[in-house]
Amino acid sequence: MADRSADTLVDGHADARSVEAGLDALDTAPQLPPRPGLGRVLVRSVLPPVVFLALLVGVWQIAYVAEVKPPYALPGPADVWSTFLETVADGRALEAVWVSVSRGFVGFALSLVIGTLLGLLLWSSRWVRAAVGPIVSGLQSLPSVAWVPAAIIWFQLTDAAIYTVVLLGAVPSIANGLLGGFKQVPPLYDRVGRVLGLGAAGRMRHVLLPAALPGYLGGLRQGWAFAWRSLMAAELITYSPSLGLGLGQLLNVGRELSQMSLVITSIVLILVVGIAIELLVFAPVERRILRNRGLTVGG
Amino acid sequence: MATRDLTADQAVATDAAPAVRVTGVSQVFEEGRPPVLDRVDLSVAPGEFVCLLGASGCGKSTLLNLVAGLLPPTAGTVQVAADRPALMFQESALLPWLTAGGNVELALRARGVAKAERRAEAERLLGLVNLSGSEGKRVHELSGGMRQRVALARALAQDSPVLLMDEPFAALDAITRDVLHEELVRVWQQQGLTVLFVTHNVREAVRLGQRVVLMSSRPGRIAREWRIDISHPRSIEAPAVGAMASEITAQLHREISRHG
Repeated sequence: MADRSADTLVDGHADARSVEAGLDALDTAPQLPPRPGLGRVLVRSVLPPVVFLALLVGVWQIAYVAEVKPPYALPGPADVWSTFLETVADGRALEAVWVSVSRGFVGFALSLVIGTLLGLLLWSSRWVRAAVGPIVSGLQSLPSVAWVPAAIIWFQLTDAAIYTVVLLGAVPSIANGLLGGFKQVPPLYDRVGRVLGLGAAGRMRHVLLPAALPGYLGGLRQGWAFAWRSLMAAELITYSPSLGLGLGQLLNVGRELSQMSLVITSIVLILVVGIAIELLVFAPVERRILRNRGLTVGG
Repeated sequence: MATRDLTADQAVATDAAPAVRVTGVSQVFEEGRPPVLDRVDLSVAPGEFVCLLGASGCGKSTLLNLVAGLLPPTAGTVQVAADRPALMFQESALLPWLTAGGNVELALRARGVAKAERRAEAERLLGLVNLSGSEGKRVHELSGGMRQRVALARALAQDSPVLLMDEPFAALDAITRDVLHEELVRVWQQQGLTVLFVTHNVREAVRLGQRVVLMSSRPGRIAREWRIDISHPRSIEAPAVGAMASEITAQLHREISRHG
């Protein structure tokens, strides 16, 4: 025992280094399971919703055959499918999707800028936070469709009226998301920034904003959902030839013609756009951010 | 560029102004309550390694925050022979959205190091703590000990002659802590740093410090100090370290018993 401790004293550095290397190797052994292959992904996450969807359509077909409602009120899946193909063939489906999605993107982009600035303002000024914060939070729970009549009175049946409703729907979520992200930043990170000698602007850019990113992203995601809903509500009510044919308006056409298959087609298109944006935009960004920070297991 | 001439530093150590001087510092957080720190005087010579030891609530971390400039003292003065002392926390406090190299580079950037030099300098600093090749690792991919070494590299990136450490190894297992003690002593000797190291672990204080300063609690005062004349490399199991630790522990127990 005495001999060994003498050795340790002589070879202290070399010994410590090799122990250290051993510890590092032990501590960082690969812990993540290998990424599942394509086949497993298909079985695990694609198959279940497809099966469920098929079940839904089956139930629908049964209800149609059983005439739970008269056929004009509840058309069968085959009728809806042929109406869907018709709207695709005559270009209305593509036009409606394009009009609504481009409106949605423009409205969301505007909301992003305004909501982010508002969030920064709320964060930077205690007075503004106390005065405006509760109203912004309150607006989040106000269905933005309530603004449609006011928007029409102010802007008549124009795009401006639609964007007003979209902004009032999305801006509060984005501002609140950013504010919530800031509030969740551990105070230790700010101290790190100060110890490193970063000024207020440097701490904002290199510490506070990246630390708040997950909360901010949650706000953006909710903001998009609210923007899309508000847009549909606005399009449904502000029905005018000058506004072009969005998905909401297509829905209205179906109602006026009492063409239930067109109504269902429109609803499905609205749903598909919402799901597609979620899966193609928000889910990958979020997964990437969380994985970089070690907040998810696997991938 | 960050390496200092060790012998020159040690030569001036004897007669130069202290690297850290705390004079008559008191700290009161709430009016009417007893002060957390009460007329504390402490002086650390350039190149010296001082361990600040005390039970919880003795204000040793508060004292460190005062020296770090994160907190203004209620009374008294704090002088530090560095623009901004480097500070290491108990948690690694690495920013999880950056890689190990990115964390070190942020400190370099804050110091104004040109972009072209940052990467190489970060690699050099990580090499210094035996983490070559880990630049691209994410924080969550590192073990607790590796994180603290990255944090040490980041502190070194501040290129400050004064390094403050707030129980940096308290959350680590004994084996890892042992290795990091060795690592820290080596870096301290190589870089000629002045280190003020806060801990509640007596053996750790004796293992590392040239001087151990014991603080009493409520209010925090300097109770006693010891010079540790055991030559490096020291082992935490060495009999001399054990004997010194027993003596200091006995004193620490007397300090704590006064509150019973």
